[in-house]
Amino acid sequence: MAAIRDAQAHALASDETACIFGEDVSFGGVFRSTMGLAEEFEQGIVGFGIGMAAMGHTAIAEIQFSDYLMPAADQLVNEAAKYNYRSGGQHSAGKLTVRTPTQGVGHGALYHSQSVEQFYMGVPGLKVVMPRSPIQAKGLLLASIRDPNPVLFLEPKVLYRSSVEHVPSDDFTLPLSSAEVITPGSDITLISWGAPLYSCVKAINMLRSPPASLEAHVPESLREASVELIDLRTILPWDRETITKSVSKTGRCVIVHEAPVTGGVGAEISAHLQNTCFLKLEAPVNRIGGWDTPFPHVHETFYKPEDIRIFDGLLRTLQY
Amino acid sequence: MASLARSVLRAATARSAPAIPALSRNAIPSSSRFVHITADASKPATEIPSSATEPFKVALSPESFKGYKFDVPELEFETTKKELVHLYEEMVKMRRMEMASDQLYKQKLIRGFCHLAIGQEAVAVGMEAGMKPDDKLITAYRCHPFTVQKGGTIKSVIAELLGREDGISKGKGGSMHMFTPTFFGGNGIVGAQVPVGAGLAFAQQYLGADNATFAMYGDGASNQGQVFEAYNMSKLWNLPCVFVCENNKYGMGTSAERSSMNTSYYTRGDVIPGLQVNAMDVLAVAAATKHARAYTLTSGPLVMELVTYRYGGHSLSDPGTTYRTRDEIQAMRSSSDPIQGLKARLLDWGIVEEHELKQIDKAAKEEVDLAVEEAKKSPEPKPEALWDDIYYKGSEPEFMRGREREEIHYFKK
Repeated sequence: MAAIRDAQAHALASDETACIFGEDVSFGGVFRSTMGLAEEFEQGIVGFGIGMAAMGHTAIAEIQFSDYLMPAADQLVNEAAKYNYRSGGQHSAGKLTVRTPTQGVGHGALYHSQSVEQFYMGVPGLKVVMPRSPIQAKGLLLASIRDPNPVLFLEPKVLYRSSVEHVPSDDFTLPLSSAEVITPGSDITLISWGAPLYSCVKAINMLRSPPASLEAHVPESLREASVELIDLRTILPWDRETITKSVSKTGRCVIVHEAPVTGGVGAEISAHLQNTCFLKLEAPVNRIGGWDTPFPHVHETFYKPEDIRIFDGLLRTLQY
Repeated sequence: MASLARSVLRAATARSAPAIPALSRNAIPSSSRFVHITADASKPATEIPSSATEPFKVALSPESFKGYKFDVPELEFETTKKELVHLYEEMVKMRRMEMASDQLYKQKLIRGFCHLAIGQEAVAVGMEAGMKPDDKLITAYRCHPFTVQKGGTIKSVIAELLGREDGISKGKGGSMHMFTPTFFGGNGIVGAQVPVGAGLAFAQQYLGADNATFAMYGDGASNQGQVFEAYNMSKLWNLPCVFVCENNKYGMGTSAERSSMNTSYYTRGDVIPGLQVNAMDVLAVAAATKHARAYTLTSGPLVMELVTYRYGGHSLSDPGTTYRTRDEIQAMRSSSDPIQGLKARLLDWGIVEEHELKQIDKAAKEEVDLAVEEAKKSPEPKPEALWDDIYYKGSEPEFMRGREREEIHYFKK
């Protein structure tokens, strides 16, 4: 939270045309991410931001929850993403960054928990970014604000209060369209983004030293499996090179996301991998995500790809 | 088959929904709802000077405006002989350009969507006359005349319609996607341009610029939720935004009366004042635009309804005669045509001679014909142009996929 606020403060300080707006931003937003720095009009907010951006303004729009992007989808997809193209480069909404909290938070239920990155993956002209931690959030957000294309910046809301890091107070950016290999490995590639990365780490630890109740299911040889964990970071345009290189090396891949498996970002990555790594693959690409149901309330932990399901996916893929 | 389905549907609707008496649908009778839309209802208020550039005053018809919580513009419009001739010339050119587009469409040289503004020339030409060059404009369909009025060339518009490289959007946009530095389009999603316009106005206010934004939409788009979201934010922050409802009486094939609970569009801004304008009179449009501009810069948003009429169908795939009578169109053409109206006044007031007007008509036709010929000579965009401008120049990803592996386009070679 503080990191997001910090990044916006840098943007405001270094760019006098920068302006932040959204619902309740003046009292800090529902999660207080604009605290110290006003309505329910999603279409209006995004359309408004596009207009500002088209005039050369740095516009940072906040939508209260990514679930509420639906009314603004037209503005994002048809106006923001296409402005540069359809005007032959004369006008652009590139100075627009739309920030919005996303993914499950433990109690958000149907309209305050959904992952929406897959809906915007097929929109050329748009960039879609999701950070995993405060340092990442600050660097990627500043890069998004300064990128000359419209960016949808999805912030995993469960991390607002749970994720703690010593964030450099300097003005710094992290590259967009660049995945990060968090831990290098040689036997299997595990790809995710946002909050589920923490479950991925737990699953890897579970594989290394399984609890007594699971020990019987994990052969000794697999406990030493070297897992390459990758944070995709930018969903569009995504870093095909890093992913292809990794899977060419390991031959096995598990993709984890909170959104439903059907039509998810994992489907796009899998299709790409069978095209580029077909002869290198030792096992089918395994996708672990939300079920094809609405995001449930009391069943949230069963819906999300928690550590145990990822652990199971790693085992199955390693044993294929 | 289609007409059979339609008649079945109609019969079903008739059974399920008993006809509502016309009056209860709209409490105000239609005759009093609109300003009078006649094209020649003004006369000189002062003696016409002999010099072409010396200003004089024209008295506009008292029926030109209606206000809502708003003082209507004064009924005297200051102009010059030169300006009057210029307005005539521009309207004639705009009509010629749209007629040429119609022809090119029928010759199958223009394909896809094409919406023409024949009959509505006084809107684009009158607004340009009332705006300052730095004022911003944004609209949706029927944007060709605005493109030219805001600095584009006729050739670049025709070439865009033909899908050629010399088109104003490099031939990649088409009918609804035309832009100039002060004209933000041309938009394919009706209504979506209105909040964008409010954003333009916000930037103007924030930067302390001394100019306004005119955010246009039609009677059809006027019922969209986002229009009201834009109204709200604009009034909340008193943005220099004039919301212009270009009411040509039909949203596609549905009359305003059948789609809107209140067809007095200028009254729909709640606390935002409104001004209804006879937009078949180019002088009334110019006077209203000037007045609206001055108002919005000091007092915030305004809803300006321009009552006009389109002679053709909604698009070139609509004959435009299935939802209104030919008599109605004919009556408009013969009594309210903006070009004929101004022409009659120019002759009556002795501003120009008939042969001079004929010369203007001839020159306009020649200019448009030449633009068409030049546009036709322009090549089609190269296939690689498909990949241009998706992302801002220089910030493209390494490559983007085509239909198959061999078609992958590499931005960085």
